Amino acid sequence: MITKMPDMILKGNAIKLGDNISTDLIIPGRYAHLRSNLPQLAKHALEDADPTFISRVKPGDFLVAGKNFGLGSSREHAPVVIKMAGISAILVESTARIFFRNAINQGVPVLLCDTAKISDGDKLEIDLARSTVANLTSGGRLTCSKVSPLMSAILSEGGLIPYIQKHKDFVPERAT
Amino acid sequence: MAKTLAEKILTDKSKSDASAGDVVVANVDLAFVQDTTGPLTVRQFEKINFQGIAKPQNAVVFLDHAAPSPARQLSNDHALLRRFARETGCHIYEVGDGVCHQLVAEYFAKPGDIIVGSDSHTVTAGALGAFATGMGSSDVAAALALGKTWLRVPETFLINLKGTLPEGVYAKDLILYLINQIGADGATYKALEFAGEALAHITVPERLTVANMAVEAGAKVGLFPSDEETQKFLTTQGRSDNYKPLYPDADAHYEQLISLNLLELEPMVSFPHTVDNAYSVSKAKGIKIQQVFIGTCTNGRLEDLAVSARILQGKRRSPGTRLLVTPASRQVLTQAIDNGYIKTLIEAGAIILPPGCAACLGLHQGVLGDGEACLSTANRNFKGRMGNPKAMIYLASPATAAASAIRGEITDPREIM
Repeated sequence: MITKMPDMILKGNAIKLGDNISTDLIIPGRYAHLRSNLPQLAKHALEDADPTFISRVKPGDFLVAGKNFGLGSSREHAPVVIKMAGISAILVESTARIFFRNAINQGVPVLLCDTAKISDGDKLEIDLARSTVANLTSGGRLTCSKVSPLMSAILSEGGLIPYIQKHKDFVPERAT
Repeated sequence: MAKTLAEKILTDKSKSDASAGDVVVANVDLAFVQDTTGPLTVRQFEKINFQGIAKPQNAVVFLDHAAPSPARQLSNDHALLRRFARETGCHIYEVGDGVCHQLVAEYFAKPGDIIVGSDSHTVTAGALGAFATGMGSSDVAAALALGKTWLRVPETFLINLKGTLPEGVYAKDLILYLINQIGADGATYKALEFAGEALAHITVPERLTVANMAVEAGAKVGLFPSDEETQKFLTTQGRSDNYKPLYPDADAHYEQLISLNLLELEPMVSFPHTVDNAYSVSKAKGIKIQQVFIGTCTNGRLEDLAVSARILQGKRRSPGTRLLVTPASRQVLTQAIDNGYIKTLIEAGAIILPPGCAACLGLHQGVLGDGEACLSTANRNFKGRMGNPKAMIYLASPATAAASAIRGEITDPREIM
């Protein structure tokens, strides 16, 4: 079976966070009243984890973090606000399962790799098809674990809703 | 091949031979949303543009997280969800009816079901032998439209329990201890399956507390077999028809075996800001607390209010400590009134809040101030969880919470009982 990922090279800078970034840190419950106003909600992305995040994030940047990223609530608003802030991919050592699924469903690539080798501000080049990350600042190269064929198919359609619109069903036996 | 509980249920619902690691498409017996994830689910559902909900009788909207609503935007979200329920013909439970997971246990979950909810504590229904797991809004929207979902069949950790819980030690202490042993990400993507001679003495309300927190070890599901206790609970709920026995195969393959002797457990407290940061209550003894919160899908059941009332009977909360009590459902509240627990709690200085999520997720009914500490019976103590990143949240059992409310500091309940 061939796993076809979006044929894309992404370039951007790393914004680095630590371990155990919960969905409460990504977008806390106290902003639940803004969940039907996503542009307003997105202004608060990650403010309890890193108050400088929103002012320094640039379109195309990568969010880089440690282990168990996105633990906690099932709120899909977590990957939504990260995406709306301009992040094009998330690189983590490990991720909580609901967050992982939600990010893919929102069309946001989540790559699992040894993020200790990436520093805040590093220039990275991600090859989504090969699941590799070139660290242009340090000169290092990281190999990421590959997602399942079904998840890469969902990702390559841009998320779960476009996937369902196209296939009208789940087709795990086919990659695309 | 011999199967774990997770493999058995997924084999049945996917009409395929499901083994750990397989990806299956399975029929969904119940799909639900709550009021903070429901509006996005509705918007995603409407984009799919199907003919409505595949099985409206198996779909539920719960208004529990902002209940009653503290903000006009959330009131508008409630209106959107009421319209969705009206138009699609699905069930709706209103503000004040209770927390979604308690209502799923009371009225819907059956052994062998597949349940998906847009709330991470959907795992609670694993207490009744249902493969119940939390998902995001898009996944639940797809489950509503298609009547099915995709799942990776998880590997299973078998948790073998023996002995009985000592005086002053409860199901909450058991699960806090276990999460500390496994770690907050130690069971990511895995199923936890509970077994052993101790299950004969662990009631469904206690199992609900344990299964509820499986996700705090990263697990996809926390499964109990369906046995005599399950039958007893379903019969009490007027749902004896929903009972069927469900056990794993004797020689099923488990990725890891964990054995616990309940007799060795002590009251536990999780320290800020992660659930697995749990220690014996002795380490927390004397920590001053400005708020005690008894309730939630973890510990807002009748048994939890009973033990709290027993400890607080004839006593008062410490003047410097607010005591919030939130029954998990209307049924729990009514029974707690009938049994006199509510009067006892009010006389002890408690504030009784309407059935729902209340202060748990920090959007109303008990938001903490800067530098304040709360001892909560909920399932999460993440930074910012109760509405303020400058506050500290400790997690414990209702008994520890009630004892601590009396002294205004974290207290071993065995000193007061």
